[in-house]
Amino acid sequence: MPDKKLKRVDLIFSEDCGYKDVLAESLKMSNEKILQEILDSGLRGRGGAGFPTGLKWKFTSQEPGDEKYVVCNADEGEPGTFKDREILSRVPLKVFGGMAVCGKVIGAKHGYIYLRGEYQFLKADLEKALDEFHASLKESGFDFQIHILMGSGAYICGEESALFESMEGKRGEPRNKPPYPTIAGFRSKPTVINNVETLVYSFMICRIGAKKFQELGTADSRGSKVFSISGDTPIAGIYELELGMSLEDFVEEFGDGDTKAVQVGGAAGFCVPRKKFKDTIIGFEGVPTGGSMMLFNSSRSMYNVLKNYVEFFEEESCGQCTPCRVGCQQLKKGIEAVKKGDKSAHYLETLQKLAETMKVTSKCGLGQSVANSFSSIVDNFKEEMIY
Amino acid sequence: MPEIKELVKGLADKHGRTRESLLPILQGIISEERFISDAAMTEVARELDMSAALVYGTATFYSFLDTKPRGKYVIRVCRTITCDMKGKKQIVKTLEDLLKVNVGETTKDNKFTLLETNCLGWCHKGPAMLINDEAYTELTEEKVSEIIGDYMKNK
Repeated sequence: MPDKKLKRVDLIFSEDCGYKDVLAESLKMSNEKILQEILDSGLRGRGGAGFPTGLKWKFTSQEPGDEKYVVCNADEGEPGTFKDREILSRVPLKVFGGMAVCGKVIGAKHGYIYLRGEYQFLKADLEKALDEFHASLKESGFDFQIHILMGSGAYICGEESALFESMEGKRGEPRNKPPYPTIAGFRSKPTVINNVETLVYSFMICRIGAKKFQELGTADSRGSKVFSISGDTPIAGIYELELGMSLEDFVEEFGDGDTKAVQVGGAAGFCVPRKKFKDTIIGFEGVPTGGSMMLFNSSRSMYNVLKNYVEFFEEESCGQCTPCRVGCQQLKKGIEAVKKGDKSAHYLETLQKLAETMKVTSKCGLGQSVANSFSSIVDNFKEEMIY
Repeated sequence: MPEIKELVKGLADKHGRTRESLLPILQGIISEERFISDAAMTEVARELDMSAALVYGTATFYSFLDTKPRGKYVIRVCRTITCDMKGKKQIVKTLEDLLKVNVGETTKDNKFTLLETNCLGWCHKGPAMLINDEAYTELTEEKVSEIIGDYMKNK
């Protein structure tokens, strides 16, 4: 049972610190000290997968060679997520700050922001902020350059190895892993790739210290997180909340009084029905999320929701591996056939087996996570799939 | 096609002639021409000294790198579930009526192309659409008519 209550936090967007002071102080700290702080804080990646940030930095810092890179993953494409756009438009300097601190720790001279094509309109302002940032870096005598590269509308490029491929001018098809990015990332060099929000938290941990960050959240999910809240809610928007609250508390705060299900973690995440709100913790010990929280009230057809997701995956599958390419097509065809009555309700079980097979056999996170939403919606709303 | 040649050469001068320059060059062609023609792809291949198949393979991977003719203004309406719940279907219908095209088509005067796209990242302000790089949110039928009217008259 969750013991944390819903609590609003103000770290990411807080204006109480000049980024310049934090930057200057962090750049004076020893690499070991910064690394220890990030490790102690328990910060895990905020893009969704939740890999410990400190370990990524540590592994990369231990790699030999002086050509290393910091990459900021701003290819926010998960349906229902818009926090990175908000962070980049409101506190870009903190994002750059996190990149520079990471660059110092791992020994990189260049950082790249891979910005999704849908956010092209942010680029001019980001470049202006970058000029200011580069000037402050020059003052502090730290040699680090940040560049912006644009995506072109491919969801799969948010997968880290596909993102590197895209940065290298290729089709955004995920690579085989290992080797992991900490050993061979961009240009096959050791690379730290972090989500926009993770970089800001790293920067803020340099300011407030690991201890203060640790006080927030639970053993598995330290700290707070920025949530993108949409769907049937009277107060859609961006909220920074402490991790570890129950979904019941969450719905109490953000629901419209008639919430029947919440999709936690976007199309690649899980659908939680009302009866499970109470026992569901939002965090890595329960249902993790990259920030996407979509609320559905009882007027919504969960069949339409699932069909929308499956169509999304079918279109965004890169097509490289068969389980994902063919699996997505068949899942879509399958639920349509059951709905029409061309297939019996029993067929849903076959489809769920297919989704499980995709989870085991797909090459990357896209194909592996289709089963999350598919099975959780079919399991919990079976009658809506049939009638 | 001398103009394409000039454009590609200019973009290659700016972004370089390596494999890594390929995506920025293709994106540069899109922002000028709205789509990448066969002639443009062959020209990029020649300029970067790589096979045309490679350029084609890369361009066709990305949904924003259109390789079919597009109008001057490409409209992409978000079709993700949250925008759908806020009335995206009606917005698409309004656009279809105003422009007299179906989704996927370009107006006769080559001014507008109407498309649907996946999540634009404006879920709290749906329905949303992009016109080229510009985002328009919290759309209503009236708002859409106003926006399109403005593009028809002034752009």
